[in-house]
Amino acid sequence: MPSQRDDAMAHDTTAPVHIAVDRQHAALPAAPVKIRARDVNVFYGEKQALFDVSLDVPENSVTALIGPSGCGKSTFLRSINRMNDTIPGCKVTGRIELDGEDVNDRSIDPVVLRARVGMVFQKPNPFPKTIFENVAYGPRIHGIASGKTELEGIVESSLKRAGLWAEVADRLHQPGTGLSGGQQQRLVIARAIAVSPEVILMDEPCSALDPIATARIEELIDELRNQYCIVIVTHSMAQAARVSQKTAFFHLGKLVEAGPTGEIFTNPRDSRTQDYITGRFG
Amino acid sequence: MNEHIVKSYEDELNTLTADCARMGGLTEAQVGDALDAVVKRDQALAEAVVGRDERLDVLEADIERKAIRLIALRQPMANDLRKTVAAMKIASNLERCGDLAKNIAKRTLILNEAEPISPLTRSIERMGRLVAGRLKDVLDAYTGSDLDRALAVWSRDDEVDEHYNSLFRELLTYMMGDPRTITACAHLLFVAKNLERIGDHATNIAEIIHYEITGEEMISAERPKTDALRA
Repeated sequence: MPSQRDDAMAHDTTAPVHIAVDRQHAALPAAPVKIRARDVNVFYGEKQALFDVSLDVPENSVTALIGPSGCGKSTFLRSINRMNDTIPGCKVTGRIELDGEDVNDRSIDPVVLRARVGMVFQKPNPFPKTIFENVAYGPRIHGIASGKTELEGIVESSLKRAGLWAEVADRLHQPGTGLSGGQQQRLVIARAIAVSPEVILMDEPCSALDPIATARIEELIDELRNQYCIVIVTHSMAQAARVSQKTAFFHLGKLVEAGPTGEIFTNPRDSRTQDYITGRFG
Repeated sequence: MNEHIVKSYEDELNTLTADCARMGGLTEAQVGDALDAVVKRDQALAEAVVGRDERLDVLEADIERKAIRLIALRQPMANDLRKTVAAMKIASNLERCGDLAKNIAKRTLILNEAEPISPLTRSIERMGRLVAGRLKDVLDAYTGSDLDRALAVWSRDDEVDEHYNSLFRELLTYMMGDPRTITACAHLLFVAKNLERIGDHATNIAEIIHYEITGEEMISAERPKTDALRA
């Protein structure tokens, strides 16, 4: 992909930019694209929430979606695994491809899609069941485990990958809701990875956690990206800068700018991105 | 540029830039006075330059402290981050310029004990005025966020090098012609070298300004350069 850095507007941060530029890092070979969104529009009844969003989400990396409240970043996140289907009056146009396959195609079963594209929410939401059952539930209903031993293996490996095993190994049959907030969040991450997803969507996964629990989740995200494609919505600029390799900035339902995280936070192209990340939004 | 939502953050950033500009003014005065002292053999002025250098050290430490504090407490991003880092780096370049000016002043005190060599003094003065002018230009570019002016300083660094090379040859000629001038000439050579270094710092500052404004690094290889050692 040719570098888009030497255009005439590069030095003029006040110039209006109408076309969102999705910059690739010139020095790095482009990572394979896991999710390819093209001209995505989302409507909630009469109200349009997303306007012509086109974005590539690379495999084995963390992509952060940032922007002020109501900018459409969560709407975009939820359209990746068709969570918006559950909202009455919601309409999605355009194409979102997962490995080249249109997720909105009639042949796609949303339940299967959501197993491939897991999701973690702002508030940890463990089922009112035991720790074991929380993780075992997904593999069981999707028929992933063939027997008790295999299921136990999946639970253990998922809890280990979520960095929670050591803390819960001796109380697997106690309620998941009895864990601390940070542990609960790692439990639901374990639950998400138990069904071997390809993509994990995270909607502000740390906003209810203290700094230590946040650091644990961030470390976990960094480890998980070796195996998964992760998309995270966050209100914390610092968190986006810390955990992601690619950052996309949304504003008023439009994708304003996307590019390598290091560049977005040191040298954004668009004045709106600059104003937002530096705390100047008027 | 819109103002920050948090007013005190805006104030802190502005203070940092203003401190840096103030330090620039003082450095300019130090370089100018050091040059006047060596040209006019002004003992009192040379002593004053030596005495005032500490103020630059204090200012640099203060700017560095403020910048570190700002990074820790405000986590500046994008242009704010570049502005903060630029202030810190410019302050460090200015502090070095101040040291070089002080060194010129100290050599003035020694040079004043020997007979003056007028043609050499005039060459030093010409080179010094050029360097002082570049320092002034680059500091004006900084306070005015004037990219073109910074670039003009950056691209003209070879003029200083040419002056330095010709002075070097001139000094060699004097030293070969009359060995009694060697002590004075050696000191003048250091004075010239110091001026050349100040010119380099002005070029560095121009590069920092370019980064602050555009977010892009400059490629030094593209800058015209005269090889001082082989000239």
